[in-house]
Amino acid sequence: MRIPILRLGRILLVSIQVDLTDTDAMQFQSDLVARVAEIEALGVAIDITALDVVDSYMARVINDTASMSRLLGAEVVICGVQPFVALTLVEMGRELLGADCAFNLDQGLEMLRERIAQRGDAELGEDDDAWPINN
Amino acid sequence: MPGPSTTERLRVRDPNDIVTARRAARELCAQLGFGNADQTRLATAVSELTRNVIQYAGEGRCQIEDVSDAHSLGVRVTVEDQGPGIPDIERALRDGYSTSGGLGAGLPGTRRLVDHFEISSRPGLTQVIITLTRRR
Repeated sequence: MRIPILRLGRILLVSIQVDLTDTDAMQFQSDLVARVAEIEALGVAIDITALDVVDSYMARVINDTASMSRLLGAEVVICGVQPFVALTLVEMGRELLGADCAFNLDQGLEMLRERIAQRGDAELGEDDDAWPINN
Repeated sequence: MPGPSTTERLRVRDPNDIVTARRAARELCAQLGFGNADQTRLATAVSELTRNVIQYAGEGRCQIEDVSDAHSLGVRVTVEDQGPGIPDIERALRDGYSTSGGLGAGLPGTRRLVDHFEISSRPGLTQVIITLTRRR
C-alpha cells in the first residue's frame, strides 16, 4: 500500500486515506522524505482526516517525518486530526504529536503559504523557474 | 437486555494483524453501544498491545469479548504471548522507558486509556488484560 504524494508547485500534499500497517507507515515516511529532497519542497501538508486511530507508533512516524522534512528545509503542517484521536493522544500522555496542526487541508495550505512567504527565500507557485534573485 | 455475548479470537503474527485487531475492537465497541471516544480508546489500546506482541514476542493472541451485564457495557481484551517476558514490569509501565528504541509510551499510555489494566509476565507467558466499562 503506497500513499500517493501530490505536488502543487513546491508544496507536497499527502492525504492518508487508509488505515496503515506499520510497514506502510515506514514506506510512507521514506517516500515522502525522498520526494521532499527530490523537488526541494518548501512545504508539506499531511492530511490525516481519515485516520481514526493514531497510536504511539503512528504518532512517532508522523512526528519523525515532519522533523526529517524540516531538516531538509520544508515547512510541515499536519491537517485534520480527528477530535477523538486528539483526545486519545492527550490521554495517553506526553507530547505524542508535537508537529504543527491545522483543522483541515485548506487551513494547512494557508499556513504553509504564510510561512514560506515569511521565510522569503523563495517564490511559491506553479512555475518552478519563478525564483527571485537576491543580489 | 444484553444479547448473546460475543467473543473474537485473533492471532497476532504480523503487522497486518495489528490493524485487524484494532478494527475488531472498534467494531465490537460500536456494536455494544460505546461512544466514539471509547471506541477510539480501545482501538488505540489494542493497537499498542498487539504491536508489543509483534515487537517483543513475534506472535501471540488477542481475545476481545463482550462482558456487558444488565447494568453496564463492558468489553475486555486479553493479549498474550509466549515471548521472553518483560524483565521489569514496573519500569515498563513508566513513561519514556523502552528497550526497543520506541517512545516508551505504549504500556503506560494504554493503562491511562482503559478502566482496568492488569499485566503479568514471566518468560514464556506475558498477558495483559484491559477492560472498558460504562454504565448503561
